Amino acid sequence: MIVPLNQVCMGSWACVISVDTDQQMQKRLFDFGLVPGTKVRLAYASPGGHVAAIELRGSVLALRDADLCRIRVQV
Amino acid sequence: MGCTEKPMKVALAGNPNVGKSTLFNALTGLHQHTGNWPGKTVGKVSGETVFQGRKIELIDLPGTYSLTGASEDERIAAEFIASNEADCIIAVCDGSCLERTLILALQILKQTKRVVLCVNLMDEAEKRGIQIDRELLEKLLKIPVVFTSAGRKEGLETLLERTQEVIGAVGAFHEMEPLTKAEELANRCVRVEKPEENWRKVLDRVLVSRRHGMPVLLLLLLFIVWLTVWGANYPSQLLESLFYSGYRLLIKWSGNWPWWLSGTLIDGMYMTAARVIAVMLPPMTIFFPLFTILEDVGYLPRMAFLLDKPLCRCGGCGKQALTLCMGLGCNAVGVTGCRIIDSPRERLMAILTNAMVPCNGRFPTLILLGSLFFAHGCAPLVVALCIVLGVLGAMGTSGLLSRTALRHERSTFVMEMPPFRRPRIGQILVRSLLDKSLFVALRALTVAAPAGVLLWFMANTSLLGRLSEILEPVGRLLGMNGIIILAFIMALPANELVIPVILMAVSGVGTLVEAQDTSILLETGWTWKTALCTMVFTIFHWPCSTTLITIYKETKSTAKTAAAFFLPTAVGCILCLMLNLILQSFGS
Repeated sequence: MIVPLNQVCMGSWACVISVDTDQQMQKRLFDFGLVPGTKVRLAYASPGGHVAAIELRGSVLALRDADLCRIRVQV
Repeated sequence: MGCTEKPMKVALAGNPNVGKSTLFNALTGLHQHTGNWPGKTVGKVSGETVFQGRKIELIDLPGTYSLTGASEDERIAAEFIASNEADCIIAVCDGSCLERTLILALQILKQTKRVVLCVNLMDEAEKRGIQIDRELLEKLLKIPVVFTSAGRKEGLETLLERTQEVIGAVGAFHEMEPLTKAEELANRCVRVEKPEENWRKVLDRVLVSRRHGMPVLLLLLLFIVWLTVWGANYPSQLLESLFYSGYRLLIKWSGNWPWWLSGTLIDGMYMTAARVIAVMLPPMTIFFPLFTILEDVGYLPRMAFLLDKPLCRCGGCGKQALTLCMGLGCNAVGVTGCRIIDSPRERLMAILTNAMVPCNGRFPTLILLGSLFFAHGCAPLVVALCIVLGVLGAMGTSGLLSRTALRHERSTFVMEMPPFRRPRIGQILVRSLLDKSLFVALRALTVAAPAGVLLWFMANTSLLGRLSEILEPVGRLLGMNGIIILAFIMALPANELVIPVILMAVSGVGTLVEAQDTSILLETGWTWKTALCTMVFTIFHWPCSTTLITIYKETKSTAKTAAAFFLPTAVGCILCLMLNLILQSFGS
């Protein structure tokens, strides 16, 4: 099933299918190693669910919901 | 001899927060500040070391995630690497997060062949049960790979040895795709033997959770402020009485000096410098170690994480919370810290509003007035309230700016959350005690002492009185008086001077009286309204000269520096004016 990353169950792993953010963000994510094919996991979310932390390649990255929903993953 | 040769140039490059600065300090014996959050090192720093009779110039580049980024720090690092200036580049990786940190190392390898791969933080990787096959990694990458634990000074000799090996040797350029290659290398060379330690997970769950995150954050800040204010009280008094006995001794000893000489040197210079030290040193030496512990543990990025939502509403981003917190210590540091904010407009906004958070230098004024006029013995609470007011002011102004002059698209927010680390408490205590004492002493000598001479001169030539008379109408309008406004103007070099100037002016003796004599304020027409307006103005007025210079350096624009000067001043004037009008219409 393909869903936006912000709708993945907390704690379960998923595989990135596409990153449809703007170019600048795409580049930043690429530098962190987030590209199609990468395994990611939703680690925790902030109060109010505005930002969430995702785990990938052994590190944890905080992203806004607005960007997370543009990253589609296979669960 | 080897020492006469041109020094080898070796640069440290790598992702933020992989321990480059710790490595740099361990290699050079310098004391570059380090902290557990990405973006601590700003600009490049260089130092020297001698290895096997050969001088090595080490350059600590700012941490970057790529060599093609747009931010200032990324540009500095990329340009340096591209310039081929270095004889060798040490690509620093994090052993506990090899895959991600290898990406940049591989990007560097694409540009230059003289690279040593340094896998740092191996102690931490071991603790987390991560095993890395060094020989295989070396074989696959075809460059020297060295394991280090910079915090424990392990592996440094080997690192320098292998660095020398690389210089002069001919290697091959790597044309591999960094990303896929990093994944492949990590898959082949890294093995994780035990699951992540529990305490990190529990800590993370508590500190950023929906339910506990914000309360813990507020309590933590309140606790730090409380400890600073409460703990500084006694040593401050002790220092003050010590300096005062020194003053009496000096007066006795200089009995036959001409009055103007003992006046400028003892009443002016000595007393002002002493006052600044007595008032500044204790809070600084308490606040900074506490803050450094938070930094070392890795709490600051979590704070940015928690506060992104409210700050986003004001057109900023979570990282601004981090710079505001740094501003609590020193606004100049906070302004430099704004480099971690990616969007130029948001960064400018954060720079312009940073001075609205009261720094350590303004705490004493707030404490003194707060405890004298409002809450005797509740000084920490007063300071905490003032900080809240300052933060609200900064957020409000940010919101206003982002809807008017600095209107911008909402920027993106990407921030790495480093793992929690055990703070090196002993090291922090020693370092911040030494550093801050030195900082305060230097400030007392370079800023307070000359200001003291000027102050004494003004107080003894009726210049002080005349100027304060000129400023009297403005002061009255803002709920204060001319002397207070003049004190704020004269305290431009250092905010700590506000109270000394006021005391000197109202006591009319041309010298700084003991702190206990602050009751003199009550006798010279100060009411609680005066104190309230003065406190508000203490929070919102022009930044000190050090901060202004830093803002100019950061923005390289006179207009923006002027804006940073007038913006908080305007906020302060408006607030004081409103406060004064409201109080007048209600009161007597």
